Amino acid sequence: MQGSIGEWLDMGGYAAYVWPVYGIAFAVLIGAFIHSLRSLRGEEAALDNLLRTIQLEREPDGEA
Amino acid sequence: MKLSRMLLPWAGGLTLLLGIAGLWFALFDSPPDYQQGETVRIMYVHVPAAWMSLFCYVVMAISAGVGLIWKHPVADVAAKGSAPIGAAFTIVTLISGAFWGKPMWGKWWVWDARLTAELVLLFLYLGYIALIHAFDDPKRGLKAGAVLALVGLINVPIIKFSVDWWTTMHQPASVVKMGGPAIDASMMVPLLLMAFAFKAYYIYVLLLRMRAEVTAGKVRALRLRQAHGAV
Amino acid sequence: MKRKHKRLTFVAIGLLALGVATALILTAFEDSIVFFYSPTQMIEQDVPPDRRLRLGGLVEENSVARTDNSGFVRFKVTDMVHSTPVVYEGILPDLFREGQGVVAEGRLIDGVFRADEVLAKHDENYMPPEVADALKESGKWEEFKGAMTQGDPSAMPAN
Repeated sequence: MQGSIGEWLDMGGYAAYVWPVYGIAFAVLIGAFIHSLRSLRGEEAALDNLLRTIQLEREPDGEA
Repeated sequence: MKLSRMLLPWAGGLTLLLGIAGLWFALFDSPPDYQQGETVRIMYVHVPAAWMSLFCYVVMAISAGVGLIWKHPVADVAAKGSAPIGAAFTIVTLISGAFWGKPMWGKWWVWDARLTAELVLLFLYLGYIALIHAFDDPKRGLKAGAVLALVGLINVPIIKFSVDWWTTMHQPASVVKMGGPAIDASMMVPLLLMAFAFKAYYIYVLLLRMRAEVTAGKVRALRLRQAHGAV
Repeated sequence: MKRKHKRLTFVAIGLLALGVATALILTAFEDSIVFFYSPTQMIEQDVPPDRRLRLGGLVEENSVARTDNSGFVRFKVTDMVHSTPVVYEGILPDLFREGQGVVAEGRLIDGVFRADEVLAKHDENYMPPEVADALKESGKWEEFKGAMTQGDPSAMPAN
Protein backbone atom coordinates (compact mmCIF):
# COMPACT_ATOMS: atom_id res chain seq x y z
CA MET A 1 0.00 0.00 0.00
CA GLN A 2 1.44 3.31 -1.05
CA GLY A 3 0.78 6.77 0.21
CA SER A 4 -0.46 8.11 3.49
CA ILE A 5 -3.59 7.55 5.53
CA GLY A 6 -4.85 10.86 4.21
CA GLU A 7 -4.55 9.65 0.66
CA TRP A 8 -6.29 6.44 1.54
CA LEU A 9 -9.19 8.29 3.16
CA ASP A 10 -9.43 10.54 0.14
CA MET A 11 -10.05 7.57 -2.17
CA GLY A 12 -8.61 9.38 -5.19
CA GLY A 13 -11.07 12.20 -4.71
CA TYR A 14 -14.05 9.92 -4.49
CA ALA A 15 -14.24 9.72 -0.70
CA ALA A 16 -17.75 11.21 -0.69
CA TYR A 17 -18.94 8.22 -2.68
CA VAL A 18 -16.90 5.27 -1.42
CA TRP A 19 -17.16 5.78 2.35
CA PRO A 20 -20.94 6.30 2.53
CA VAL A 21 -21.40 3.03 0.64
CA TYR A 22 -19.50 1.08 3.27
CA GLY A 23 -21.13 3.04 6.08
CA ILE A 24 -24.67 2.53 4.82
CA ALA A 25 -24.10 -1.15 4.01
CA PHE A 26 -22.71 -1.69 7.48
CA ALA A 27 -25.61 0.16 9.11
CA VAL A 28 -28.30 -1.73 7.18
CA LEU A 29 -26.77 -5.17 7.65
CA ILE A 30 -25.86 -4.70 11.30
CA GLY A 31 -29.31 -3.24 11.85
CA ALA A 32 -31.00 -6.29 10.36
CA PHE A 33 -28.81 -8.52 12.48
CA ILE A 34 -29.58 -6.67 15.72
CA HIS A 35 -33.29 -6.66 14.96
CA SER A 36 -33.22 -10.41 14.33
CA LEU A 37 -31.22 -11.11 17.49
CA ARG A 38 -33.61 -8.99 19.56
CA SER A 39 -36.61 -10.84 18.13
CA LEU A 40 -35.07 -14.15 19.08
CA ARG A 41 -34.20 -13.03 22.60
CA GLY A 42 -37.70 -11.63 23.02
CA GLU A 43 -39.37 -14.85 21.97
CA GLU A 44 -37.05 -16.96 24.11
CA ALA A 45 -37.82 -14.76 27.12
CA ALA A 46 -41.55 -15.03 26.44
CA LEU A 47 -41.26 -18.80 26.27
CA ASP A 48 -39.27 -18.92 29.49
CA ASN A 49 -41.83 -16.77 31.29
CA LEU A 50 -44.71 -18.86 30.01
CA LEU A 51 -43.10 -22.12 31.04
CA ARG A 52 -42.35 -20.73 34.49
CA THR A 53 -45.96 -19.53 34.89
CA ILE A 54 -47.25 -22.93 33.90
CA GLN A 55 -44.88 -24.57 36.34
CA LEU A 56 -46.11 -22.30 39.13
CA GLU A 57 -49.72 -22.98 38.30
CA ARG A 58 -49.06 -26.68 38.59
CA GLU A 59 -47.54 -26.41 42.06
CA PRO A 60 -49.38 -23.62 43.86
CA ASP A 61 -47.91 -24.62 47.19
CA GLY A 62 -44.46 -25.48 45.83
CA GLU A 63 -41.34 -23.34 45.81
CA ALA A 64 -41.55 -20.04 43.90
CA MET B 1 -33.81 -26.41 16.22
CA LYS B 2 -30.92 -28.42 17.52
CA LEU B 3 -29.25 -28.21 14.13
CA SER B 4 -29.56 -24.45 14.06
CA ARG B 5 -28.07 -24.15 17.52
CA MET B 6 -25.01 -26.07 16.32
CA LEU B 7 -24.69 -24.13 13.10
CA LEU B 8 -25.17 -20.66 14.56
CA PRO B 9 -21.73 -20.06 16.08
CA TRP B 10 -20.05 -21.39 12.94
CA ALA B 11 -22.08 -19.17 10.67
CA GLY B 12 -21.44 -16.19 12.90
CA GLY B 13 -17.72 -16.90 13.11
CA LEU B 14 -17.43 -17.34 9.36
CA THR B 15 -19.27 -14.09 8.72
CA LEU B 16 -16.86 -12.22 10.97
CA LEU B 17 -13.74 -13.84 9.53
CA LEU B 18 -14.73 -13.51 5.89
CA GLY B 19 -16.04 -10.01 6.50
CA ILE B 20 -12.83 -8.78 8.05
CA ALA B 21 -10.70 -10.44 5.38
CA GLY B 22 -12.98 -9.07 2.68
CA LEU B 23 -12.82 -5.53 4.04
CA TRP B 24 -9.05 -5.71 4.34
CA PHE B 25 -8.67 -6.57 0.68
CA ALA B 26 -11.49 -4.36 -0.50
CA LEU B 27 -10.30 -1.20 1.21
CA PHE B 28 -6.52 -1.74 1.46
CA ASP B 29 -4.94 -4.62 -0.33
CA SER B 30 -6.30 -4.26 -3.85
CA PRO B 31 -5.47 -1.89 -6.70
CA PRO B 32 -7.60 0.89 -8.15
CA ASP B 33 -9.19 0.26 -11.52
CA TYR B 34 -7.51 1.52 -14.70
CA GLN B 35 -10.72 3.26 -15.66
CA GLN B 36 -12.82 3.78 -12.55
CA GLY B 37 -10.06 4.49 -10.05
CA GLU B 38 -10.86 4.08 -6.38
CA THR B 39 -14.62 3.94 -7.01
CA VAL B 40 -14.07 0.30 -7.95
CA ARG B 41 -14.07 -0.37 -4.21
CA ILE B 42 -17.80 0.28 -4.29
CA MET B 43 -18.07 -2.87 -6.41
CA TYR B 44 -16.96 -4.97 -3.44
CA VAL B 45 -20.18 -4.02 -1.64
CA HIS B 46 -22.52 -3.47 -4.57
CA VAL B 47 -21.96 -6.73 -6.48
CA PRO B 48 -22.09 -9.16 -3.53
CA ALA B 49 -25.19 -7.35 -2.26
CA ALA B 50 -26.79 -7.63 -5.70
CA TRP B 51 -25.97 -11.34 -5.89
CA MET B 52 -27.50 -11.87 -2.44
CA SER B 53 -30.61 -9.85 -3.32
CA LEU B 54 -31.29 -12.36 -6.09
CA PHE B 55 -30.18 -15.42 -4.15
CA CYS B 56 -32.36 -14.63 -1.13
CA TYR B 57 -35.34 -14.08 -3.39
CA VAL B 58 -34.89 -17.44 -5.11
CA VAL B 59 -34.57 -19.19 -1.72
CA MET B 60 -37.60 -17.32 -0.44
CA ALA B 61 -39.72 -18.13 -3.49
CA ILE B 62 -38.75 -21.80 -3.59
CA SER B 63 -39.31 -22.18 0.17
CA ALA B 64 -42.67 -20.46 -0.11
CA GLY B 65 -43.54 -22.71 -3.04
CA VAL B 66 -42.56 -25.83 -1.11
CA GLY B 67 -44.66 -24.57 1.79
CA LEU B 68 -47.56 -23.97 -0.54
CA ILE B 69 -47.40 -27.34 -2.30
CA TRP B 70 -46.15 -29.70 0.38
CA LYS B 71 -47.24 -27.73 3.46
CA HIS B 72 -43.86 -28.30 5.10
CA PRO B 73 -43.66 -25.94 8.11
CA VAL B 74 -39.90 -25.41 7.92
CA ALA B 75 -40.33 -24.15 4.36
CA ASP B 76 -42.69 -21.41 5.47
CA VAL B 77 -40.36 -20.41 8.28
CA ALA B 78 -37.43 -20.22 5.86
CA ALA B 79 -39.38 -18.06 3.41
CA LYS B 80 -40.59 -15.69 6.10
CA GLY B 81 -37.11 -15.38 7.57
CA SER B 82 -35.44 -14.73 4.24
CA ALA B 83 -37.64 -11.84 3.21
CA PRO B 84 -36.28 -9.02 5.39
CA ILE B 85 -32.68 -10.11 4.79
CA GLY B 86 -33.23 -10.11 1.03
CA ALA B 87 -34.88 -6.70 1.28
CA ALA B 88 -31.87 -5.40 3.22
CA PHE B 89 -29.48 -6.64 0.52
CA THR B 90 -31.65 -5.07 -2.17
CA ILE B 91 -31.58 -1.71 -0.38
CA VAL B 92 -27.79 -1.93 -0.09
CA THR B 93 -27.59 -2.80 -3.80
CA LEU B 94 -29.70 0.16 -4.86
CA ILE B 95 -27.98 2.70 -2.63
CA SER B 96 -24.44 1.51 -3.35
CA GLY B 97 -25.32 1.52 -7.03
CA ALA B 98 -26.49 5.11 -6.82
CA PHE B 99 -23.26 6.17 -5.11
CA TRP B 100 -21.35 4.42 -7.89
CA GLY B 101 -23.47 5.81 -10.72
CA LYS B 102 -23.14 9.44 -9.74
CA PRO B 103 -19.33 9.70 -10.05
CA MET B 104 -18.93 7.25 -12.94
CA TRP B 105 -22.00 7.69 -15.12
CA GLY B 106 -22.85 11.19 -13.98
CA LYS B 107 -26.24 10.37 -12.49
CA TRP B 108 -27.55 8.86 -9.23
CA TRP B 109 -30.31 6.91 -10.98
CA VAL B 110 -31.51 5.97 -14.45
CA TRP B 111 -34.63 4.09 -15.40
CA ASP B 112 -32.88 1.42 -17.40
CA ALA B 113 -34.08 -2.18 -17.42
CA ARG B 114 -31.72 -3.53 -14.79
CA LEU B 115 -32.07 -0.77 -12.21
CA THR B 116 -35.83 -0.64 -12.63
CA ALA B 117 -36.14 -4.41 -12.26
CA GLU B 118 -33.98 -4.35 -9.11
CA LEU B 119 -36.29 -1.68 -7.66
CA VAL B 120 -39.24 -3.92 -8.52
CA LEU B 121 -37.45 -6.67 -6.56
CA LEU B 122 -37.48 -4.44 -3.47
CA PHE B 123 -41.22 -3.89 -3.89
CA LEU B 124 -41.73 -7.64 -4.21
CA TYR B 125 -39.89 -8.22 -0.96
CA LEU B 126 -41.86 -5.51 0.84
CA GLY B 127 -45.08 -6.77 -0.70
CA TYR B 128 -44.36 -10.29 0.50
CA ILE B 129 -43.65 -9.09 4.03
CA ALA B 130 -46.83 -7.03 4.05
CA LEU B 131 -48.94 -9.90 2.70
CA ILE B 132 -47.88 -12.50 5.24
CA HIS B 133 -48.90 -10.13 8.02
CA ALA B 134 -52.11 -8.93 6.38
CA PHE B 135 -54.37 -11.78 7.44
CA ASP B 136 -55.74 -12.79 10.83
CA ASP B 137 -55.01 -16.38 9.94
CA PRO B 138 -51.24 -16.63 9.42
CA LYS B 139 -51.69 -19.62 7.13
CA ARG B 140 -53.70 -17.55 4.67
CA GLY B 141 -51.05 -14.88 4.76
CA LEU B 142 -48.33 -17.39 3.96
CA LYS B 143 -50.37 -18.76 1.09
CA ALA B 144 -50.96 -15.31 -0.42
CA GLY B 145 -47.30 -14.44 0.09
CA ALA B 146 -46.22 -17.64 -1.62
CA VAL B 147 -48.26 -16.76 -4.69
CA LEU B 148 -46.69 -13.30 -4.85
CA ALA B 149 -43.20 -14.70 -4.33
CA LEU B 150 -43.63 -17.25 -7.11
CA VAL B 151 -45.12 -14.75 -9.54
CA GLY B 152 -42.25 -12.37 -8.82
CA LEU B 153 -39.72 -15.10 -9.59
CA ILE B 154 -39.82 -14.09 -13.25
CA ASN B 155 -38.11 -10.84 -12.22
CA VAL B 156 -34.89 -12.65 -11.33
CA PRO B 157 -33.90 -13.70 -14.87
CA ILE B 158 -35.06 -10.30 -16.07
CA ILE B 159 -32.60 -8.61 -13.73
CA LYS B 160 -29.82 -10.98 -14.68
CA PHE B 161 -30.29 -10.89 -18.46
CA SER B 162 -31.59 -7.33 -18.89
CA VAL B 163 -28.10 -6.14 -19.76
CA ASP B 164 -27.92 -8.71 -22.57
CA TRP B 165 -31.48 -8.53 -23.89
CA TRP B 166 -31.72 -4.74 -24.19
CA THR B 167 -29.44 -1.73 -24.33
CA THR B 168 -28.96 -0.49 -20.80
CA MET B 169 -26.94 2.09 -18.94
CA HIS B 170 -25.65 -0.68 -16.68
CA GLN B 171 -22.75 -2.55 -18.19
CA PRO B 172 -22.91 -6.29 -18.96
CA ALA B 173 -21.83 -9.01 -16.54
CA SER B 174 -18.22 -9.15 -15.46
CA VAL B 175 -18.08 -12.44 -13.60
CA VAL B 176 -20.74 -14.87 -14.76
CA LYS B 177 -20.46 -14.55 -18.50
CA MET B 178 -19.36 -16.40 -21.61
CA GLY B 179 -15.63 -16.37 -22.05
CA GLY B 180 -14.87 -16.20 -18.32
CA PRO B 181 -14.61 -13.33 -15.86
CA ALA B 182 -13.50 -9.91 -17.00
CA ILE B 183 -12.05 -9.02 -13.62
CA ASP B 184 -8.37 -9.07 -12.72
CA ALA B 185 -7.39 -11.67 -10.11
CA SER B 186 -6.34 -8.99 -7.62
CA MET B 187 -9.89 -7.70 -7.68
CA MET B 188 -11.59 -11.09 -7.65
CA VAL B 189 -10.13 -11.78 -4.20
CA PRO B 190 -11.97 -9.00 -2.33
CA LEU B 191 -15.06 -9.57 -4.48
CA LEU B 192 -15.30 -13.27 -3.64
CA LEU B 193 -14.40 -12.77 0.02
CA MET B 194 -17.16 -10.21 0.42
CA ALA B 195 -19.56 -12.46 -1.51
CA PHE B 196 -18.88 -15.37 0.82
CA ALA B 197 -19.05 -13.09 3.87
CA PHE B 198 -22.51 -11.95 2.77
CA LYS B 199 -23.55 -15.57 2.23
CA ALA B 200 -22.40 -16.55 5.71
CA TYR B 201 -24.20 -13.49 7.09
CA TYR B 202 -27.40 -14.58 5.36
CA ILE B 203 -27.18 -18.07 6.82
CA TYR B 204 -26.43 -16.67 10.29
CA VAL B 205 -29.25 -14.13 10.35
CA LEU B 206 -31.68 -16.54 8.67
CA LEU B 207 -31.02 -19.11 11.39
CA LEU B 208 -31.65 -16.43 14.04
CA ARG B 209 -34.94 -15.49 12.40
CA MET B 210 -36.04 -19.09 11.95
CA ARG B 211 -35.32 -19.89 15.57
CA ALA B 212 -37.27 -16.81 16.61
CA GLU B 213 -40.20 -17.86 14.43
CA VAL B 214 -40.24 -21.42 15.74
CA THR B 215 -40.04 -20.16 19.34
CA ALA B 216 -42.86 -17.72 18.65
CA GLY B 217 -44.91 -20.63 17.40
CA LYS B 218 -44.32 -22.50 20.62
CA VAL B 219 -45.32 -19.44 22.65
CA ARG B 220 -48.51 -19.06 20.62
CA ALA B 221 -49.38 -22.73 21.04
CA LEU B 222 -48.77 -22.66 24.79
CA ARG B 223 -50.81 -19.49 25.22
CA LEU B 224 -53.67 -21.05 23.29
CA ARG B 225 -53.65 -24.14 25.46
CA GLN B 226 -53.42 -21.99 28.55
CA ALA B 227 -56.45 -19.95 27.44
CA HIS B 228 -58.46 -23.13 27.06
CA GLY B 229 -57.44 -24.27 30.51
CA ALA B 230 -55.74 -27.33 29.11
CA VAL B 231 -52.47 -26.64 30.89
CA MET C 1 -50.46 -37.53 -2.39
CA LYS C 2 -53.01 -36.67 -5.03
CA ARG C 3 -53.69 -33.22 -3.64
CA LYS C 4 -50.00 -32.35 -3.46
CA HIS C 5 -49.54 -33.55 -6.99
CA LYS C 6 -52.43 -31.38 -8.09
CA ARG C 7 -50.98 -28.32 -6.38
CA LEU C 8 -47.55 -28.93 -7.87
CA THR C 9 -48.99 -29.25 -11.37
CA PHE C 10 -51.01 -26.10 -10.83
CA VAL C 11 -47.99 -24.11 -9.72
CA ALA C 12 -45.82 -25.46 -12.54
CA ILE C 13 -48.37 -24.59 -15.21
CA GLY C 14 -48.91 -21.21 -13.59
CA LEU C 15 -45.22 -20.40 -13.71
CA LEU C 16 -44.97 -21.54 -17.31
CA ALA C 17 -47.90 -19.38 -18.34
CA LEU C 18 -46.38 -16.46 -16.45
CA GLY C 19 -43.09 -16.95 -18.29
CA VAL C 20 -44.76 -16.96 -21.69
CA ALA C 21 -46.93 -13.95 -20.86
CA THR C 22 -43.91 -12.00 -19.62
CA ALA C 23 -41.88 -12.85 -22.71
CA LEU C 24 -44.71 -11.62 -24.93
CA ILE C 25 -45.18 -8.39 -22.98
CA LEU C 26 -41.46 -7.63 -22.93
CA THR C 27 -41.20 -8.22 -26.67
CA ALA C 28 -44.16 -5.97 -27.34
CA PHE C 29 -42.76 -3.15 -25.22
CA GLU C 30 -39.16 -3.55 -26.36
CA ASP C 31 -39.05 -0.08 -27.79
CA SER C 32 -39.75 1.43 -24.37
CA ILE C 33 -37.31 -0.84 -22.57
CA VAL C 34 -34.19 -0.15 -24.58
CA PHE C 35 -32.26 2.61 -22.94
CA PHE C 36 -30.73 4.17 -26.04
CA TYR C 37 -30.41 3.91 -29.80
CA SER C 38 -27.14 3.63 -31.68
CA PRO C 39 -26.40 6.12 -34.47
CA THR C 40 -27.31 3.45 -37.04
CA GLN C 41 -30.61 2.71 -35.30
CA MET C 42 -31.47 6.40 -35.19
CA ILE C 43 -30.96 6.69 -38.92
CA GLU C 44 -32.98 3.54 -39.57
CA GLN C 45 -35.81 4.63 -37.32
CA ASP C 46 -36.05 8.05 -39.00
CA VAL C 47 -36.71 9.80 -35.71
CA PRO C 48 -38.89 12.93 -35.74
CA PRO C 49 -37.29 16.11 -34.33
CA ASP C 50 -39.75 16.59 -31.51
CA ARG C 51 -39.08 13.20 -29.99
CA ARG C 52 -36.93 13.06 -26.89
CA LEU C 53 -34.62 10.05 -26.92
CA ARG C 54 -31.21 8.74 -26.00
CA LEU C 55 -28.26 8.20 -28.27
CA GLY C 56 -25.57 5.76 -27.24
CA GLY C 57 -22.20 4.72 -28.63
CA LEU C 58 -18.58 5.73 -28.43
CA VAL C 59 -17.15 9.21 -28.46
CA GLU C 60 -15.46 9.30 -31.86
CA GLU C 61 -11.72 9.89 -31.88
CA ASN C 62 -10.67 13.45 -32.65
CA SER C 63 -14.26 14.65 -32.62
CA VAL C 64 -14.36 16.58 -29.34
CA ALA C 65 -14.22 20.35 -29.78
CA ARG C 66 -14.72 22.86 -27.02
CA THR C 67 -15.23 26.59 -27.32
CA ASP C 68 -13.25 27.96 -24.41
CA ASN C 69 -15.55 30.81 -23.41
CA SER C 70 -18.67 28.77 -22.80
CA GLY C 71 -19.42 25.26 -21.51
CA PHE C 72 -20.34 24.39 -25.07
CA VAL C 73 -18.92 21.20 -26.51
CA ARG C 74 -19.25 19.38 -29.81
CA PHE C 75 -18.42 15.75 -30.40
CA LYS C 76 -19.53 12.79 -32.42
CA VAL C 77 -21.09 9.56 -31.24
CA THR C 78 -20.21 6.52 -33.32
CA ASP C 79 -21.11 2.84 -33.43
CA MET C 80 -18.24 2.17 -35.85
CA VAL C 81 -20.71 2.17 -38.76
CA HIS C 82 -22.35 5.59 -38.55
CA SER C 83 -21.67 8.60 -36.45
CA THR C 84 -23.96 11.38 -35.24
CA PRO C 85 -22.76 14.87 -34.35
CA VAL C 86 -23.75 16.05 -30.89
CA VAL C 87 -23.92 19.49 -29.39
CA TYR C 88 -24.05 19.92 -25.62
CA GLU C 89 -23.78 22.57 -22.98
CA GLY C 90 -23.32 21.48 -19.40
CA ILE C 91 -21.34 19.33 -17.04
CA LEU C 92 -19.58 16.29 -18.44
CA PRO C 93 -18.94 13.23 -16.29
CA ASP C 94 -15.39 12.43 -15.09
CA LEU C 95 -15.08 9.48 -17.45
CA PHE C 96 -16.02 11.42 -20.58
CA ARG C 97 -13.29 11.32 -23.22
CA GLU C 98 -12.63 10.15 -26.75
CA GLY C 99 -13.01 6.41 -27.18
CA GLN C 100 -15.22 6.15 -24.11
CA GLY C 101 -18.79 4.90 -24.15
CA VAL C 102 -21.40 7.63 -23.91
CA VAL C 103 -25.19 8.02 -23.63
CA ALA C 104 -26.69 11.39 -24.52
CA GLU C 105 -30.30 12.41 -23.98
CA GLY C 106 -31.97 15.03 -26.12
CA ARG C 107 -33.42 15.60 -29.57
CA LEU C 108 -32.24 15.02 -33.10
CA ILE C 109 -32.72 18.25 -35.06
CA ASP C 110 -31.48 18.62 -38.65
CA GLY C 111 -29.10 15.74 -38.30
CA VAL C 112 -27.48 17.17 -35.17
CA PHE C 113 -28.24 15.70 -31.78
CA ARG C 114 -28.92 18.47 -29.27
CA ALA C 115 -28.18 16.90 -25.91
CA ASP C 116 -29.28 18.22 -22.55
CA GLU C 117 -27.66 15.42 -20.65
CA VAL C 118 -24.51 13.40 -21.29
CA LEU C 119 -23.62 10.28 -19.32
CA ALA C 120 -20.46 8.19 -19.54
CA LYS C 121 -20.87 4.48 -20.09
CA HIS C 122 -18.15 2.12 -19.04
CA ASP C 123 -17.58 -1.53 -19.86
CA GLU C 124 -17.48 -4.55 -17.63
CA ASN C 125 -13.72 -4.95 -17.54
CA TYR C 126 -11.82 -4.38 -14.36
CA MET C 127 -8.03 -4.35 -14.10
CA PRO C 128 -5.27 -2.42 -12.36
CA PRO C 129 -3.59 0.39 -14.33
CA GLU C 130 -0.39 -1.67 -14.68
CA VAL C 131 -2.23 -4.48 -16.44
CA ALA C 132 -3.91 -2.02 -18.81
CA ASP C 133 -0.57 -0.40 -19.56
CA ALA C 134 1.06 -3.78 -20.18
CA LEU C 135 -1.71 -4.72 -22.60
CA LYS C 136 -1.24 -1.45 -24.46
CA GLU C 137 2.52 -1.83 -24.63
CA SER C 138 2.37 -5.37 -25.91
CA GLY C 139 -0.02 -4.22 -28.62
CA LYS C 140 -2.77 -6.52 -27.38
CA TRP C 141 -5.09 -3.68 -26.34
CA GLU C 142 -6.76 -3.29 -29.74
CA GLU C 143 -7.37 -7.02 -29.95
CA PHE C 144 -8.82 -6.90 -26.45
CA LYS C 145 -11.09 -4.03 -27.44
CA GLY C 146 -12.26 -5.81 -30.56
CA ALA C 147 -13.20 -8.92 -28.59
CA MET C 148 -15.30 -6.85 -26.21
CA THR C 149 -17.65 -5.31 -28.76
CA GLN C 150 -20.29 -8.05 -28.80
CA GLY C 151 -22.79 -5.91 -30.67
CA ASP C 152 -22.86 -3.12 -28.08
CA PRO C 153 -20.25 -0.57 -29.19
CA SER C 154 -20.71 1.51 -26.08
CA ALA C 155 -19.41 -1.43 -24.06
CA MET C 156 -15.86 -1.11 -25.29
CA PRO C 157 -13.07 -0.59 -22.78
CA ALA C 158 -11.82 2.94 -22.42
CA ASN C 159 -8.68 4.18 -24.09
